[in-house]
Amino acid sequence: MKITLLDYGAGNVASVERALQRLGAESQRATTPECIAKAEALLLPGVGHFETLMRALDDRKLRTPLLDAVGRAVPFLGICLGLQALYAVSDEAPDLTGLQLLPGCVRSLPSVVKLPHMGWNRLLMKKKSVLLDGVASDAYFYFAHSYAVIDQREETVAVCSYGTEFVAVLEKENICAVQFHPEKSGEAGAQVLRNFLRLCA
Amino acid sequence: MSLARRIIPCLDVDGDRVVKGVNFVALRDAGDPAQLAARYNTEGADELVVLDIAASRDQRPTFLETIRRVAAELAIPLTAGGGIRAVEDARCVLRAGADKITLNTAAVARPELISEASLEFGAQAVVLAIDVKRVAGQWVVMVRGGREPANRDAIAWAKEGVTLGAGEILVTSMDRDGTKSGFDAELTAAMSSVVSVPVIASGGAKLPAHFAEIFTAGHADAALAASIFHDQIQPIRELKAYLSALGIPVRLPC
Repeated sequence: MKITLLDYGAGNVASVERALQRLGAESQRATTPECIAKAEALLLPGVGHFETLMRALDDRKLRTPLLDAVGRAVPFLGICLGLQALYAVSDEAPDLTGLQLLPGCVRSLPSVVKLPHMGWNRLLMKKKSVLLDGVASDAYFYFAHSYAVIDQREETVAVCSYGTEFVAVLEKENICAVQFHPEKSGEAGAQVLRNFLRLCA
Repeated sequence: MSLARRIIPCLDVDGDRVVKGVNFVALRDAGDPAQLAARYNTEGADELVVLDIAASRDQRPTFLETIRRVAAELAIPLTAGGGIRAVEDARCVLRAGADKITLNTAAVARPELISEASLEFGAQAVVLAIDVKRVAGQWVVMVRGGREPANRDAIAWAKEGVTLGAGEILVTSMDRDGTKSGFDAELTAAMSSVVSVPVIASGGAKLPAHFAEIFTAGHADAALAASIFHDQIQPIRELKAYLSALGIPVRLPC
């Protein structure tokens, strides 16, 4: 199965593409509503600002086809900002509306720690997880963000602690998302992507 | 759980070759950037920095191609810089495969460049690189590859850079660079205590004890070095095992 990467002009699509390539997976970039409508598996990479992402999705008319695809149970993986986009609202751009696929909101990490949360950190697994299958419990992942989802809900499968506990991995039916960058997280990250690919197969 | 201290090899690149100097001069060839990148990716480097030391307009396409070749070898973050004068320069470098850019001389000349890049790509993608020399008891910012003083206090500049939107500070002690006498822990600690973002220390590393010192007394979040890694004087794996035994959190490669 081919993985469709949402290319909205921002985000580091190329490094996700390379990471998938290394795992032998086929991928294509989608920039139009038509491409998303035909997608069999979707990946939303993201770095940068919540506002840039939401505006880019709306300017390119990608919001509705994206929601439709998730609605028809297409496997979806959100990375970093791609996780945050699943929620209704973010402190980073309070006037904009996110994808509203999950209840809750994206908050600023507390300023008692250095921000951005930048570097390699470990997870605390909360539940049995598809994405983390075969990943060592003390594995490190690469994070680069200042905002996060603090409230833990049923879809939270792993958290990370930095100033406060926040959602690091979530899984809900066909929706998967990670706050870290699996494409930049060495072998542990590759295993997460492998698990997502297995889910798509 | 705590954030791992990062070990970052740095490739100073002239066109398509890695070079290394002492105190910013006396350059010599140190290898192929993509080959070194592949080695560091496997050995457990936490990130890689690639700097275009020539930073000339006509060499730009060669440097971007080098970034592409290096990025293709990495499953860890890549920071690239040298000669970034405008948001468009930054975009080219990020498009070529870097995750972050470093700003240096151009940001001193026009500090708004930091805000522009931060708004466009996010603070996490903007590293303010500051080359520092101690002159008459004061830490002075140096520009143009360390050749000219900029009449700015380094600590004040770091603070201003963060206010403008830099997500990380890369501080290089020019007094220590290439000397192998250890990082400047005093400078790094002074900077780390006044900014709210991670600080990468650079310049002077040789012994594992130098890294331990910069992560403890120097309060560095990451430590950068070049020749000791290129010349295989200090294998990253052994360095991390040493730091881990001292209780410093590091990501041990599998």
